[in-house]
Amino acid sequence: MQAQSKIDFSQPSPAILHAAISGAWQFGSKLLSPATVLSRLESDARITSFILDTKELAGWDTSFLTFIRTITKECQKRDIAFEIQGLPEGAKRLLHLASVVPEQKVSPQKKRRQSFIYVVGESAVLFATSTVQMLGFIGEATLSFLHFLLGKARFRRIDLLLFIEECGADSLPIVTLISVLVGLILAFVGAVQLKLFGAQIYVANLVAIAMAREMGALMTGIIMAGRIGAAYAAQLGTMQVNEEIDALTTMGISPMEFLVLPRLLAMVLMMPLLTLYSDLLGIMGGAIVGVGMMDITLVQYFTQTQATLDLTNISLGIAKSGIYAIIIALSGCMRGMQSGRSAAAVGEATTSAVVTAIVGIIVTDGIFAVLCDALGI
Amino acid sequence: MLWVYKTEMKAQSTTLENPPHIIVSDLTMAYGDFVIQRDLNFTINHNDIFIIMGGSGCGKSTLLRHLIGLKSPVKGQVYYGDINFWDADPAERSRIMRKCGILYQKGALWSSMTLGENVALPLEEYTDLSARDISETVSLKLALVGLAGYEEFYPAEISGGMQKRAGLARAMALDPEILFFDEPSAGLDPVSARRLDDLILELRDNLGTTVVVVTHELASIFAIGNNSVFLDADTRTMIAQGDPHMLLAETEDLKVREFLTRGESASAEIFPG
Repeated sequence: MQAQSKIDFSQPSPAILHAAISGAWQFGSKLLSPATVLSRLESDARITSFILDTKELAGWDTSFLTFIRTITKECQKRDIAFEIQGLPEGAKRLLHLASVVPEQKVSPQKKRRQSFIYVVGESAVLFATSTVQMLGFIGEATLSFLHFLLGKARFRRIDLLLFIEECGADSLPIVTLISVLVGLILAFVGAVQLKLFGAQIYVANLVAIAMAREMGALMTGIIMAGRIGAAYAAQLGTMQVNEEIDALTTMGISPMEFLVLPRLLAMVLMMPLLTLYSDLLGIMGGAIVGVGMMDITLVQYFTQTQATLDLTNISLGIAKSGIYAIIIALSGCMRGMQSGRSAAAVGEATTSAVVTAIVGIIVTDGIFAVLCDALGI
Repeated sequence: MLWVYKTEMKAQSTTLENPPHIIVSDLTMAYGDFVIQRDLNFTINHNDIFIIMGGSGCGKSTLLRHLIGLKSPVKGQVYYGDINFWDADPAERSRIMRKCGILYQKGALWSSMTLGENVALPLEEYTDLSARDISETVSLKLALVGLAGYEEFYPAEISGGMQKRAGLARAMALDPEILFFDEPSAGLDPVSARRLDDLILELRDNLGTTVVVVTHELASIFAIGNNSVFLDADTRTMIAQGDPHMLLAETEDLKVREFLTRGESASAEIFPG
């Protein structure tokens, strides 16, 4: 262990401060801070010149250079002449190297604090442009869908099959788990209340209607927003970073048809099927509670369910799920395509895709509820 | 003085036997209010190997994006032959772009497809070749870039340098009239970079391809370039153009000299003695 850094002041004349430093000036050793020197300089207003003697320096690294640079800057600010004696040759060269390229005065993007009105105005403008972008995206997606219907869309059929597998078969385990549990929960909530009236059998009605009309589509939608919407945004965002989308565009292949369309089709094809599956499993979850805890027989439970459910309820759920599928696929693809060209931007795109999809799903569900009420469905 | 210099260059370029292929006139590029480069005027002739050079952050790649139709200029025109690219309708533009091959900085291979499928896609889209002919063409293009037998690999399974070469194979798939390279030798080892330079020369000489290269790799610039433009980040415009060898011999601009000599004059200033 080398001697610790040390600094000895002397003042040969009132105008000159002399400091001799010794010991090791390295990371890890206990360093004196430039403040010791500065406070000394400040304490005496007569000082106009500062001499630093480094002949006794035992060892140094860049922490010593930082010390010197800080003092140099502070002395310049205070109009004090600064002189170093016996600076090691290597340190001299490094300090010179650091000063060769002048400091850049412009900051990349000034984030000044803006007034409240400015911020509100800016977000309003931003909202307007993003709405226009969203409409543009939806328009383009519609056009490419029309192309598909005319049989002119260009994408790889194998991609579509892969996406169908990803959306459909690969989603089954999680949809199974969530749907059974949601069915169970609904049955539990209903059972407690219905027991008060001795109307346990109506648990079957409650679960069947709730799953078919609302929860099947809603829960599948939310699962798919997290699973597939996020995946789409991340895939397309990474492709944006990799310039893969540019490569498609310059080759004259529409990214809308080549990338977005198969993803959209896969979702629209698979979501209704998954919803139907989810309805079924939810009802089975309800049956577990009904049969296991409330002395209803399995046959009774399913007869009751069968009597309650009609095609209207089921098709309402399926119709909703189709719309959710479009919302999820488009928000995932849109956020991915709009993504910036950095890892952080892809992360943001993914988050934003899931948020957009879930907000879209819930709002649509609300609109459906009002419409169904008005139409008496 | 500058004007005289420019007219001299113009006179020189028109005396070449090759007609202009791409003409950039009064081009100004900006992101929002932030101007990257202004007043760019230069001509790329048929059969040129044209270098777009300049220090980091001067807008070389942005200029490339303007040339290949990914970003529209704030002001000025890009002509492909007689056609004003940015005024043309989308169908015309995509017809022009079909004659261009582009090698992106990181290769930009489509990651969900194998190398073979990557190279095959443009062929499937724009030619009437049978599946068998396509696979033969693909294997030839991959062999040309030294990747014979890699058809079944996915981009993630090969090294960065190989991805780049595969990207070149894809760019060459349709025998384009113009090949654009964005930093071709970045991330390549010296030998591969040299081979790539040789390949560029071969393509130009044997297929008559016009080549536009964005680079700051001095070795490449002098090895392949016969025309160039130098973009400056401080003044935000071009400060020199012409054959890089001539520029090195004749330029009096300190920045251009420093760039083309790898900053030798400047390093002498940093460490006197």
